[in-house]
Amino acid sequence: MTKILDRMAAEGATRRETLTVAATLVGGALVVGCSPANVMGDILSLGATKDFGPFGPFIKVEPNGWVTVICKHIEVGQGNHAGLAALAAEELDADWAKVKTEHAAANAKVYANSAMGVQGTGGSSAISNSWLQLRTAGAAARAMFVQAAATKWNAPVGEVTVQNGVVAHAKSGKQAGLGDLVADAAKVPPTTTPTLKDPKTFTLIGTDRVRRKDSVAKSTGTALYTQDVQLPNMLTAMVAHAPKFGGKVVSFDDKATRQVPGVVEVFQIPSGVAVVAESTWAARQGRDALKVNWDLSKTESRSTDQLAQWYRDLAAGKAAAGDLKWAAFEARGAPSAPGAAALETTYDFPYLAHATMEPMNCVAIVNGASCKLISASQSPTLDQLNAAKIVGNLPGNIEVQTLFAGGSFGRRTNFQSDYAAEAVHIAKTVGHGRPVKLVWTREDDMRAGYYRPMVHHALLITTDKDGFPASWRQRVVTQSIMKGSPMGTPKLDSTSVEGAMGSPYLKATPVVDAQVLSPDVGVPVLWWRSVGATHTAFVMEHTIDQLARKAGRDPVDYRRALYAKAGANRHLAVLNLAAQNAGWGRPPPAGWTRGAAVHESFGSVVAQIAEVKLENGVPKVGRVVTAIDCGTPIARDQIAAQMEGGTCLGLAAALYGKMTLKDGAVQEGNFDSYRVLRNSEAPTVETYIVPSSNPPSGVGEPGTPVIAPAVANALLAMGQPPTTSLPFVKT
Amino acid sequence: MATTLQINGKSVQVKAAPETPLLWVLRDELAMTGSKYGCGVGQCGACTVLAHGQPIRSCSTPISVLGTAKITTIEGLGGDHPVQQAWIRHDVPQCGYCQSGQIMSAVVLLAQKPKPTDEEISSAMDGNICRCGTYQRIRAAIKDAAGLPQVASSPPPLKTPSVPAPAAKI
Ligand code: FES
Ligand code: FES
Repeated sequence: MTKILDRMAAEGATRRETLTVAATLVGGALVVGCSPANVMGDILSLGATKDFGPFGPFIKVEPNGWVTVICKHIEVGQGNHAGLAALAAEELDADWAKVKTEHAAANAKVYANSAMGVQGTGGSSAISNSWLQLRTAGAAARAMFVQAAATKWNAPVGEVTVQNGVVAHAKSGKQAGLGDLVADAAKVPPTTTPTLKDPKTFTLIGTDRVRRKDSVAKSTGTALYTQDVQLPNMLTAMVAHAPKFGGKVVSFDDKATRQVPGVVEVFQIPSGVAVVAESTWAARQGRDALKVNWDLSKTESRSTDQLAQWYRDLAAGKAAAGDLKWAAFEARGAPSAPGAAALETTYDFPYLAHATMEPMNCVAIVNGASCKLISASQSPTLDQLNAAKIVGNLPGNIEVQTLFAGGSFGRRTNFQSDYAAEAVHIAKTVGHGRPVKLVWTREDDMRAGYYRPMVHHALLITTDKDGFPASWRQRVVTQSIMKGSPMGTPKLDSTSVEGAMGSPYLKATPVVDAQVLSPDVGVPVLWWRSVGATHTAFVMEHTIDQLARKAGRDPVDYRRALYAKAGANRHLAVLNLAAQNAGWGRPPPAGWTRGAAVHESFGSVVAQIAEVKLENGVPKVGRVVTAIDCGTPIARDQIAAQMEGGTCLGLAAALYGKMTLKDGAVQEGNFDSYRVLRNSEAPTVETYIVPSSNPPSGVGEPGTPVIAPAVANALLAMGQPPTTSLPFVKT
Repeated sequence: MATTLQINGKSVQVKAAPETPLLWVLRDELAMTGSKYGCGVGQCGACTVLAHGQPIRSCSTPISVLGTAKITTIEGLGGDHPVQQAWIRHDVPQCGYCQSGQIMSAVVLLAQKPKPTDEEISSAMDGNICRCGTYQRIRAAIKDAAGLPQVASSPPPLKTPSVPAPAAKI
């Protein structure tokens, strides 16, 4: 600790910065909530390079005319690099065929996400927080090329044009490629306030030309993932983890492990016992041969059945909440003695694993206090901080190289940097700058926690004479994701209730009493693609469908009326667009039944109308008509791809997703026990984008949470009973 | 003890012990990292390669059983394969991690059934998990590579309707 402070002083950190870091590092946490975001960026980027090329930290132009857009956000599959590149290329007027993308090095300040204050990818914010930044970068670079050409050709700046990567002066007939002018343009002083295009004049943004830049690499096996990293002298490590959350190593017997050819070293680290070997297979066999004696006395040893019952009892007031406090997230009107309930119901949601296709892994190289990570992290900045604490260095001095991620869905960012920290501990013990690739097996990945929390909702709703909600009481019980986070524990963790909080249905209800309780459970929990909406969308949309049916109204019409009351125009527009394209109001194809759902998340509103039938009691989803309002569309094809993919992930969870704990031990370990969606179960999603000139909003997550309630609502329309828990398939 | 394998038309000597799964020999010893580890137990298909033109799960196939089988991996397709070209045209990949395995399964399907039905496509591809949910584009790309018309119920996904957008309140 002292060492860090000394170094910080040496690097010229101000007293305030030093104190902030000191206080927070002693507590093992960083108090983002208490520090202005710009100070956080300064602190976390201490030691980081400030040298960028002539066109700034986001754009490189090569003499051969290729333009590289440097992406501060990780590409985990969500297609953001296509959109990010388009933002810069549009304003630069680059030739789209000669634009490529590259992951930025970690830099908390220069590459900060304006929605977070530090560098990070999450909350479906990549495009929205880069909208002006990358356009400005592109426009500033363009101005440098224009000035360079004007000087070189002795032409007025106003007469120089740029189109498709060609700089031209019509009057003199002179023209040159961006590449030809790089050397001259690099000498022009950059402006920070270039003129941006009027969006009406865009030639690239919002067109079908904006396509992925990585499809060739990802269709030929040449895209590089952390799993693929091979470095001279590199070792591969696996870790034996405790069988229950919170278990500690007492002792271990590594005799058999050390006999496995290729095993190099076996040692204890904070999270378990590491086996370091010359190959993945040797590490695996070595770990399989290891015998560890665990102290399980302080572990979470409850079963998920017990936890679910406890949550139900807490919501019903049958179990004492003790020190826990209910927090109101919506309150309106005076709760009078409720009249006869029109609807009283509860919903239960299980833990969910992210189960990204590439299990967690990280390459770390440690030599004394110097440390480099090669990985696919949504929060390279947090990894810098956590690695810095382990090796005793400044966060900005930790070099992070970001590679493609084989999926993330929220998993590759947590406040502890769990697997990255594990890799750093191992590489530190190995030392001497010898690269170590930590790899997790599928089972390690699935049993490591950081799940979407279990959730229980209890609702009691009364209605007016027209069948619309008159009073709405809601109790939500779920572990808080933000609890104990470096950002401080908020009184109300909005990630637990977002989507219910702010719902147009609550806005349209005169009396609302909605509260959440966050019990402590020793299972690590985390955001899972669309976070709170994974359950709130289901609760709100399935409840509304039940109320519509009780009122004897068409569920789409019933929603329209509520949106009108709430002034929810964007909800209305997406619902109408989906209904119109799905043929709502006309009979569905023989054998199919339609269900509708609408949900706003991450600034975007999505409506889906799903055609569903039951096959051997299992819902089968065919056509799904999707409408989205995500503000100005940037990469239309990728918006559609995210609706397709999000729907599949949401449907996988709805049909089968459930992590089970028995006396604290996770039961599921691989895809045989944690069923996911397969090709024959995947619907055909049609995507319609609402035209909009608003700033762009989220796309990666909003397509995920809507399918589950759409399916449940189709089941209602078939005459099936309401769905009170997920997954649909219980066995 | 060295084992000789036939990979992508070449005879290759490898040092790994005979019980080592082919996947780890490809990835760690031969630095052919296109085939991926997803589950290790034959559940996900990310490690799919061809042996004698049949798909096998390389994570669960020890090199000792391969004998003189001709192995083809994603690297052996060369990039110009019609299935790969269709994949690129449709921008099938998202994270991309499953796609080597998906492509290998599709290559086998089309070699065996040049004009597969929808059911044949789905059932041939059911052993390959994609967590990003690219299944619909996988089906479309296979049809494209096979020269089949696209699903009738699936109009082009990008359609701009004439409904005006209300002002957002963000
Ligand atoms: S890794 Fe071989 S089938 Fe999953
Ligand atoms: S593209 Fe990500 S798992 Fe298939």
